Amino acid sequence: MWYYEKKLQYPVRVGICNPRMAKFLIEQYGGADGELAAALRYLNQRYTIPSRVMGLLNDIGTEEFAHLEMIATMVYKLTKDATPEQLKEAGLGEHYVDHGKSIYYHNAAGQNFNMGIQSKGDPIADLYEDIAAEEKARSSYQWIINVSDDPQINDSLGFLREREIVHSQRFREAVELLKEEQSKKRVF
Amino acid sequence: MSTSRKWYTPYVSPNDPCPPLGPISYETPVQLYLGFQPRGMEQFSPFEALTHGTLWPGLFTPYTNPYLSKREELNTDG
Ligand SMILES: [Fe+2]
Repeated sequence: MWYYEKKLQYPVRVGICNPRMAKFLIEQYGGADGELAAALRYLNQRYTIPSRVMGLLNDIGTEEFAHLEMIATMVYKLTKDATPEQLKEAGLGEHYVDHGKSIYYHNAAGQNFNMGIQSKGDPIADLYEDIAAEEKARSSYQWIINVSDDPQINDSLGFLREREIVHSQRFREAVELLKEEQSKKRVF
Repeated sequence: MSTSRKWYTPYVSPNDPCPPLGPISYETPVQLYLGFQPRGMEQFSPFEALTHGTLWPGLFTPYTNPYLSKREELNTDG
């Protein structure tokens, strides 16, 4: 079960009224390497991973939902005060016709969230998948920072990108734990 | 210390339709080098940790738009 804390993991400030940014950010909401995919992937894989690293998947999967919330907050702030005309100009006309002002789980190209999240049931395959996914999420944040001109959004995105680095590091350590020879003493 | 950004220069053809963009960067953050995190690594204060996104300076690899900083960085790298 979970406890919910009524605040964001890291503050989200949007400094520039640029609804077009919402279109880019939605990639990390409902995209293949986005936060929803990450949360669902880890919380699903954790059942069939050795118990030594199960808690890691549990913790990181939970944190991904906190990231999802930050992205949702950015998208909401960028679109809530836009007129339909402004949304159209921002490339969000189709989104508006389909979903109104609601946020939706799709990627920057408008494709609905694909439930094809990776889970192989092989601990090494799954952890390598997770390392790759974290590096892909890190890249997505870099590409969004490159197209953003809002230093305040970039500050929050920089935080999220750093979390992907820490997650990747932890998954790499999980692989090390699992490949360790069981007869050997543990030395770090 | 490892650098967290590397550069390469792709081939430029005399028949390219657009002017060359110059060197291309890619990121090589700290997790590629650290291995298993050693015990007792230096820590940020709680507030600094929040603003950096990590408790450990040794895991902090910030990012800036390379298209904005390309010139300076290439110069300082020699
Ligand atoms: Fe992550």
